[in-house]
Amino acid sequence: MSVEDKTGTLLEIDELRVWYELKRLGFAHAGYVRAVDGVSFNLDYGKAIACVGESGCGKSSLMKTVLRLNKPTEGSIRFEGKTINGLKGEALREYRSQIGYIQQDPFGALPSFMTVRQILSEPLAINGIKDEDEQMRRIEAALTEVRLTPVSDIINKHPHMLSGGQQQRIVIARAMILEPKLLVADEPVSMLDASVRVEVLNLLKQLQTDRQLAIFYITHDLSTVRYFSEHIFVMYAGQIVEIAKMDDLLDNPKHPYTHALLSASPDPDHKNALEMREVPPGEPPSLVNPPSGCRFHPRCHFAIAGKCDHEQPPFYDIESEHRVACWLFDPDENHEQP
Amino acid sequence: MKVEMGFDDAQYDMQEMILDVDDLKLHYRTRNGAVQAVDGVNFTLRKNHATVVIGESGCGKSSLAKAILRLLPRNIETFSGKVYIDGEDVMLLSDEQFRRNIRWNRVSMVPQAALNSLNPVVRVGEQVAEPLVIHQKMGKRSALGKALRMFERVGVPSDFLTRYPFELSGGMRQRVAIAMALITDPDIVLLDEPTSALDVLTQANIMNLLKEVKRDVGTSYLLITHDIATSSEIADSVAVMYAGQIVEVSDARRFFEKPLHPYADMLMASVPKLGRHEVPIPILGQPPSLLNPPTGCRFRDRCPARFSKCDEEPPIFQVDEERQVKCWLHEEGVAHYVS
Ligand SMILES: Nc1ncnc2c1ncn2[C@@H]1O[C@H](COP(=O)(O)OP(=O)(O)OP(=O)(O)O)[C@@H](O)[C@H]1O
Ligand code: SF4
Ligand SMILES: [Mg+2]
Repeated sequence: MSVEDKTGTLLEIDELRVWYELKRLGFAHAGYVRAVDGVSFNLDYGKAIACVGESGCGKSSLMKTVLRLNKPTEGSIRFEGKTINGLKGEALREYRSQIGYIQQDPFGALPSFMTVRQILSEPLAINGIKDEDEQMRRIEAALTEVRLTPVSDIINKHPHMLSGGQQQRIVIARAMILEPKLLVADEPVSMLDASVRVEVLNLLKQLQTDRQLAIFYITHDLSTVRYFSEHIFVMYAGQIVEIAKMDDLLDNPKHPYTHALLSASPDPDHKNALEMREVPPGEPPSLVNPPSGCRFHPRCHFAIAGKCDHEQPPFYDIESEHRVACWLFDPDENHEQP
Repeated sequence: MKVEMGFDDAQYDMQEMILDVDDLKLHYRTRNGAVQAVDGVNFTLRKNHATVVIGESGCGKSSLAKAILRLLPRNIETFSGKVYIDGEDVMLLSDEQFRRNIRWNRVSMVPQAALNSLNPVVRVGEQVAEPLVIHQKMGKRSALGKALRMFERVGVPSDFLTRYPFELSGGMRQRVAIAMALITDPDIVLLDEPTSALDVLTQANIMNLLKEVKRDVGTSYLLITHDIATSSEIADSVAVMYAGQIVEVSDARRFFEKPLHPYADMLMASVPKLGRHEVPIPILGQPPSLLNPPTGCRFRDRCPARFSKCDEEPPIFQVDEERQVKCWLHEEGVAHYVS
């Protein structure tokens, strides 16, 4: 399969806001859910970036907006240099055909009444590839690529005849069949067993390298990110709180929330049972009335009274490509840091 | 009183054992034959300890919990074995006796996906109090009083007593489900995937809560999960389940250092670790169907260490006082396996 050797920025997200309007009794305006509230990041051709956060932090809204299933409220999304905010009709379909999408639940993703062959030929037909030989050639290539071989064993099966891992590989094959430049993977392994998870992650990694595929990987599970993405950002209450190269963030975390996530993600070890885990008090805030200042301040051990509760922290550069939105890292001050 | 355990040469002091499961079987009857979901399971749980059953999807974990609590569907082909609770074989009790004396009163359960199984139209306080009213014939007022104290214990604000489940976050609902399981002061709580549906911080919170209750109340847990990392947060003892059978039982310390069974060992190696740079290795292939599981070792087809013996079903080898393993490599005198 062709490898496009492009470098530079594929996806550029700038000050993106996705707000949903709340209506009372279906009419009166009752405020906004600020699901994504000023998010900026870039993704280069052939690279992977992970977006980590808890449920309700805005990950899914961000992802849906990148897929243009949602419209941005403010800010911009650029793909290969072109703004895609207002795309409609044919142009929107053309844009979407360049993005593969893997959803969280493989068991719900595949229509049970279709065979693998029908599932994989559908996107081809929709995008004008109607010749049966050409379809078959592409289907065989896609199944081989996700290592579902021999192809003839798989192609006439229905999803329920396949294991969870195999089903998820069909989902990946379907996402790859139009040879997209970007793959959006929403918790692609969270429903799978440990022993299968790594297999699917390795497969995605392989596709990334072989095909120069860019991947936007969304997860709540920090333990799976290391082997996978070059970059990572952490979201809290609709905003990015820290963004860095993978190893920098995991080995040298800065934001108190990143610390909290890391220390709450245990590796298997019997010593875990001997002590309590440190967890910040409370729960993530409402996105309708988020806390003033830093959105994490009500749960933060380090919060500076009069500062963190009043002013939203800017991004501070820690080192190359490592930025954190937290007042503790104001270089003009000398605050205790986590 | 001493009782023969499932393993020939091991005899334990009954004082210590709160639960002892011996050769438990639960087979479901289906159109295609019997599904051997629980097929000759042995393990024990000590007082104030946590035994964690680790296994992958469909290996029979929930069926095991249901068999112990006798919460059975109708399509039962086989239900047999011994389940000793504090020395008494409760399999000998009638359904009526079991319901009256054991379920809730001695053993309660937080079912899989409990946070979604609360009754949506009943206030959570009443739901938590209900087992007291039904199973311990307590008056409603004092039951609600106890529910309030239980809320305090599990960290749910008291004004939540009158709320409905949809008004609570996932973490709060799970706390409510735990309060409900604790309210009858059972000796044993079965927890089926108590944190799987929750976010990391909430998971850590719930595990902290379980540790606290174990320490302060002295409850014993049988915790069932596919999540190995989380299991290490509470386990005193680990039982690994594969295709309806327990293939290894071990004390937690030695298990997490190095499991004995090839499956357990490979399972550990497949877990991505955050703190270490070692690359996780998947286990290729799939577990066998429970409809007609192959004869011999059920892990045989995926096992890199298999040898001629493995076509026969391995018995359980007692490696030492705390460790048992169902694998021919641990037969005395065999030393093939190097991993
Ligand atoms: N009532 C039933 N009748 C027939 N088969 C059943 C029944 N309940 C469960 N099974 C089958 O028994 C096997 C074990 O199921 P069980 O729910 O115990 O697994 P589990 O380990 O809890 O899985 P999970 O991790 O997905 O919760 C599966 O093959 C399942 O399909
Ligand atoms: S009995 Fe044989 S096949 Fe089974 S786990 Fe042991 S070595 Fe592997
Ligand atoms: Mg289950």
